[in-house]
Amino acid sequence: MVSVTTRPPDGSGIAKVVPETMALPLPAASAIVRIEPSRGWLDLRLHEVWQYHELLYFFVWRNVKIRYKQTVIGIAWVILQPIMTMGVFTLFFGRLAKLPSDGLPYPVFYFAALVPWTYFSTALQNCTSVIVSNQHVITKVYFPRLVLPLSAVVSGLVDFAIGFVILLLVTAIYGIKPTLAALWLPLLLLLAMLTALGVGLWMSALNALYRDVNYVVPFIIQCWMFASPVAYPSSLVPQRWRWLYGLNPMAGVIDGFRWALTGHGVAPGPLMLASTVAVVVVLFGGLLFFQRMEGTVADRV
Amino acid sequence: MSAVVIKCEGLGKNYHRGAVQQSALLRDHLSRMMRSPLSLFRRPKDETFWALKDVSLEVREGEVVGLIGRNGAGKTTLLKILARITRPTTGGAEIRGRVGSLLEVGTGFHPELTGRENTYFSGAILGMSKREITRKFDEIVAFAELEKFIDTPVKHYSSGMYVRLAFAVAAHLEPEILFVDEVLAVGDAPFQKKCLGKMSEATSMGRTVLFVSHNMNAIEQLCRRVILLQSGVVNIDSSDVRSVVTKYMSGAAGERQPSVWVNYSDTFQNQYFRPIRMAIVDDSGKDLEMPVRNDDDVWVEIKGEVMTADPALTIGYAIFDERGKLLYWTYQTDQPQVDWPIIKPGIIQLKSRFPTRMLNEGKFRLEFLASLHFRTWLLEPGAGSPHIVLSIQGGLSDSPYWMAKRPGILAPVIRWQVSGEKDRFRAPG
Repeated sequence: MVSVTTRPPDGSGIAKVVPETMALPLPAASAIVRIEPSRGWLDLRLHEVWQYHELLYFFVWRNVKIRYKQTVIGIAWVILQPIMTMGVFTLFFGRLAKLPSDGLPYPVFYFAALVPWTYFSTALQNCTSVIVSNQHVITKVYFPRLVLPLSAVVSGLVDFAIGFVILLLVTAIYGIKPTLAALWLPLLLLLAMLTALGVGLWMSALNALYRDVNYVVPFIIQCWMFASPVAYPSSLVPQRWRWLYGLNPMAGVIDGFRWALTGHGVAPGPLMLASTVAVVVVLFGGLLFFQRMEGTVADRV
Repeated sequence: MSAVVIKCEGLGKNYHRGAVQQSALLRDHLSRMMRSPLSLFRRPKDETFWALKDVSLEVREGEVVGLIGRNGAGKTTLLKILARITRPTTGGAEIRGRVGSLLEVGTGFHPELTGRENTYFSGAILGMSKREITRKFDEIVAFAELEKFIDTPVKHYSSGMYVRLAFAVAAHLEPEILFVDEVLAVGDAPFQKKCLGKMSEATSMGRTVLFVSHNMNAIEQLCRRVILLQSGVVNIDSSDVRSVVTKYMSGAAGERQPSVWVNYSDTFQNQYFRPIRMAIVDDSGKDLEMPVRNDDDVWVEIKGEVMTADPALTIGYAIFDERGKLLYWTYQTDQPQVDWPIIKPGIIQLKSRFPTRMLNEGKFRLEFLASLHFRTWLLEPGAGSPHIVLSIQGGLSDSPYWMAKRPGILAPVIRWQVSGEKDRFRAPG
């Protein structure tokens, strides 16, 4: 008896050629990846994050898409929220409490602060929850987890851009022209981003370990808002406490925004340097802590 | 000798059970710290659980390795460590090559996004570049058969559509090393077959695959080497896949499994008959779980596709005992010709009742037989033919004197009577 097995012809009949030059966000074919327990604290692996930059873009794109699909009002909410807050502040802090405003009309005064502040607070909040809310992905695929907090901080820029355009409109309506100092704005924004990222990395890693951190952050943000010149000018702070106040990077950012766009208020001074140093220290510490936790976060989440 | 692409040395992973049981709340942790600051440094002793202990192995390029074991044996943990999702506690590993991990269906899918958007994101997170996804996009959509729905949000998809799209994306990954974990447990049979087909394509293209599954059929058909994990340790590592699987299945007596063979691959092809499915079923065609009782109504059901309706086509099964001794062959042509079931081209499904109370308790192997009478074997017994296991336990006899298994391959209940009397029992026809 003869055994017969025949293979049918391959249906596709097309030879697939995989080009060597495909840009892939993963190690090249011959690269060896070493897997081992976390060792040491100085294992930052930032070059790996760069390799995955396309994935970062995808996360940001996805966050933005989901955000705008989920709310019925969508983009309108991005505009409405700071405008409404500005309205409330103008009414209560401005008209009723009669807080000073550096000589600016109240709406401009508050809006100029709210745009960077809203960016910072949403970036920090999202950064804190990003690991936990992406747990279903983290437990299934590898990518440097640092991509997630980075995506949270970058996604906020889209809302910021929209808010900024409104801000320019508002200043134009009141006939206020930006000064040359407006060139400082990107740097100020960068400082806000790094602050959000620095604190966010700590919060994000802690939140993955202890789930209640997520509930503490809104409270921290509230306090932080009052410690920043959002609802009042920093000139209100007594001279001898000005140095402590200045350590808050967001104080420098908000003052800087107001000053750059309107020419009024307190120009960023040497205290900015101190707050920048503080931010760098917090950021560096956050990176170390985060990268250390990265290896086992998939077990805890 | 091909290169070693995965190398594990003494991999171990433990989980602090205490840490999971203890509160995952910062405030509890802090208050505990306040009350007894030293408790921070004291690690509770009996609270660690080793999911993996000292696992060392090497996988070469192009190998297709099956990873089997009971739930909790450490298979998924090993895969997660190799896929870099979690870090090992001890030991290390080296991976050479691009890794794709298929640990679930629909990685990264979000219900609000459309099929198109999800395809892009899922592809990206699984490791494809944007250019690659764009290049393969039409192929992916065609594989999933979702051309009309690709721009509707995934929350409107049926579960079948969802799974098809998710798998279509994953199937178009082109990694050098592929880790697959139980992904094939979803989807209907034709879809599963498609998926496995894609996987075989991957393996035939020289990809290295590490495949975790409880589906022994798939393991047997796809893997050339199998590793059995038990309680975090490598128990068996062998390329005799069949015997390891049989051993594992006979050891897993506590797990009741149906006895089914489904054709996932493209072997057993010929121009006359292609086997599709073989199973032990009940009278209504429902799969029976093993073991069955000796007095149960048990049927063998065979499904296949007839390409050419040759009158010499015979289909049936051969049955062997645990030691491999052949008991008998049976074909649909054994009965009188007037009773032969009609075989026409197309899908056919045949069934035959298994004689009750004929075999003894134990495990038997039924192999698919098909041939062209006197001309050639299509599916030859003992030559890699598809098989299923029939496991019989209990139901031996109604007699109080026969409750336990006796020696012998057969255990028919033979009637006795006093000689000289008229035949009291009509022999079954």
